[in-house]
Amino acid sequence: MITVESLTKDYGAARVVDDVSLTVARGTVAVIVGTSGSGKSTLLRMINRLVEPTRGRVLLDGRDTKDTPVHVLRRHIGYAIQGHGLFPHRTVAQNIATVPTLLGWERARIAARVAELLGIFQLEPREYAHKYPHQLSGGQQQRVGVARALAAEPAVLLMDEPFGALDPIIRSKAQDDLREIQRRFGTTVVLVTHDMDEAFRLGDRVAVMSQGRLLQYDRPAVLLTRPADPFVSRLTGTADRALKLLSLVTAGEAAEPGAAEGAAVPAATPLREVLADLVWRGASVAPVVKADGTPGGRLTLAGILARGRAG
Amino acid sequence: MGRLGWVLRLAAFGLLVAFLTVPQRFAPLFVPFTEYGAPPIYDQGSLLMLALAHLGTVFLATAASTAVAVTLGILVTRRSGAEFLPLSRTLVNIGQTFPPVAVLAIAVPLVGFGETPTLIALFAYGLLPVFENTISGLQSCPPPVVEAASGMGMSARQRLTAVELPLAMPLILEGIRLSLVVNVGTATIGSTVAAKGLGEVIIAGLLSNNTAFILQGGLVTGLMAMLLYDAMAAVERRVLRAAHVA
Repeated sequence: MITVESLTKDYGAARVVDDVSLTVARGTVAVIVGTSGSGKSTLLRMINRLVEPTRGRVLLDGRDTKDTPVHVLRRHIGYAIQGHGLFPHRTVAQNIATVPTLLGWERARIAARVAELLGIFQLEPREYAHKYPHQLSGGQQQRVGVARALAAEPAVLLMDEPFGALDPIIRSKAQDDLREIQRRFGTTVVLVTHDMDEAFRLGDRVAVMSQGRLLQYDRPAVLLTRPADPFVSRLTGTADRALKLLSLVTAGEAAEPGAAEGAAVPAATPLREVLADLVWRGASVAPVVKADGTPGGRLTLAGILARGRAG
Repeated sequence: MGRLGWVLRLAAFGLLVAFLTVPQRFAPLFVPFTEYGAPPIYDQGSLLMLALAHLGTVFLATAASTAVAVTLGILVTRRSGAEFLPLSRTLVNIGQTFPPVAVLAIAVPLVGFGETPTLIALFAYGLLPVFENTISGLQSCPPPVVEAASGMGMSARQRLTAVELPLAMPLILEGIRLSLVVNVGTATIGSTVAAKGLGEVIIAGLLSNNTAFILQGGLVTGLMAMLLYDAMAAVERRVLRAAHVA
């Protein structure tokens, strides 16, 4: 669990982060979103002390981060940044092995971990382990960057616009992968982005920052239905907020008891896609099928629309 | 690098070695440059020994300038040393702009004749290229790479040795190459203060009005400088390829 208490950062007369407090529960994803200059990256960098706060403190599982020597602290916090920051003179395997090597792991353990991570990130070890970063595509470099951040099995992973440099298709795949890996390892993730869609897609909770201040920190649905500040609704966008709300609920969560004719919808599909599908087919009801193949009830057009209503 | 390049390189090296070991064989070539039956080949000492002494002086001086310039370059690119950057730059620039002959003139009364004043002059003259290249090499490390190194928990020293220096190495080597080659030429002036070196041959030629001596001294020095330049460039390409920073 990460507890941020009244964090403030001043650069000279400028207050970059202004009295921010928030808590990230273990194993969840918190996304900090804001425009450039909102202080979101500075807030993130105060968690692993790349930036020292002017006031306030950060607790990891109840322990003040100030009580641990800074390089030791950072070796136990994963860190992935935009433009990946891979070491150009080291192979993929050596890059991933960076933190385990710093921690003095045994060679065999490092090799096993590197192979495991390459497998998880769909990079065939025999083909990629000995390549250099410049020999990889942008998407592959980004995956190696995240793999490197996760190498020493950190409980906390900090990400600063990790997908910023990727094209939309690769980016959405990278987001799905991150979600899956995060669930698999139970990692607590704090991710910074300026992309609201990314925030909604990844965040269990989303923190909206503007001019150094935390405007709202809540579940995505609450940000849409009860924005605490005009800036929050401007950032989330009001034109398609009903559809955004629908994209936060899955078919399985919204299914009603009963059966229906027609093509079945997988339970993990967001309602927004189910709605689009119903409109496209001119249907008003669709059966839901669970991941294990058993029937999971049905969805009606009226039921879906009710989910997109404010409040 | 074609095959022709290697043939030329080997030929140049072979020529140099042959001339230094059996210079008398080349006497007919130099006879046209002598007058009144003066000796066509330098005869007041072994050319090979002079060439080796010359190289020894150059290597020693360049090694010293490299050690000092790289250390200084590292210090002034650290946050704690940044304020010394302008001062160090001025000092190193003085070393370069102050003529080596003037350094000799000042050094001789202080340390006496021989190798030492030459070493001092070459040392001062060779600082600048290594210093400036070390700084640009360290400053051109991509910021995300340096930030990632810190963010993953490398100490300042680990970051320097494992990330910054390897990435700066190609530029540092280029600086060393420049120093080395410039000093091979400059070292000839050391003979004016009785340092062993190829300058002796040139000065002997000037004193006795023997163009053949002047040519021999100049050609051997030039050939050594070219071969060294070439060899260093090959080493740099090696390092570059190994570092994958090309």
